[in-house]
Amino acid sequence: MSSDTQPSGDAAAPTEAELRQRLEDLEAQLADLEAAVGDDQKQMTIVATKGTLDMAYPPLILASTAAAFGWDVVVFHTFWGLDILHEEKSKNLKLSAVGNPSMPMPNALAALPGMDAMATRMMEKKIDENNTATIEELIELSLDSGVDLQACQMTIELMDYDEDDFYDGVTTGVGAATALQHMADSDVQLLV
Amino acid sequence: MSTKFDVTETLDVQGASCPMPVVKTKQAIDDLEEGEVLEVVATDSGSMSDIEGWAAGTDGVELLEQVDEGDVYKHYVEKTA
Repeated sequence: MSSDTQPSGDAAAPTEAELRQRLEDLEAQLADLEAAVGDDQKQMTIVATKGTLDMAYPPLILASTAAAFGWDVVVFHTFWGLDILHEEKSKNLKLSAVGNPSMPMPNALAALPGMDAMATRMMEKKIDENNTATIEELIELSLDSGVDLQACQMTIELMDYDEDDFYDGVTTGVGAATALQHMADSDVQLLV
Repeated sequence: MSTKFDVTETLDVQGASCPMPVVKTKQAIDDLEEGEVLEVVATDSGSMSDIEGWAAGTDGVELLEQVDEGDVYKHYVEKTA
């Protein structure tokens, strides 16, 4: 027979009421932590640096799809990536025939005048035949789905672009710090 | 083929390719009420894996069934919340 369950008069032993209070405090703390950490909202940041037709697709396809998952998505466009957001240039993105081993021609030929235009026309024809969305459609779709398409302010000025050149809904006036802030909170970060 | 599901809405994305089937499915689901079922008709073979992955990673939807009819792929998605 044990007397352990009896109040022993030991001043250090907490009472049942104190233990209950402690339990309630811990439960409240846990709920706060879960609310802060455990929210299901995933975040993705993509940095888009290239303005060729082939490199314009992956960021926009991933961004619009992630938005369909309910993710919070930022695509930060810098350097030639700005051309994707440029209303005029985005409709005339080119494919480079040189330095692309998948092209069915050797580099020496690909470097001849007119070859980039030919490669671009071939790709545009394929895009059309396959019913693949155009860059313009993917931009509208991404903006409609709540994707934040950002244009790096420093490169806007470097490339002599005007903020009005971009699609309506594009975020301007942002820099590396803004991108980093979102990246630090993101589950997925990609450089394209 | 008639379905065993009580389909509320049918989304036709035949001819469209990635990412359209998933993105359009999401938009169509947003317009439904809880308990309603969306039928998605696609010709993109990638939609089998993509819609399955989207449904698994998205709260408030349940993929009831996918049917491969050879030339078309049918997906049945219920809005659960």
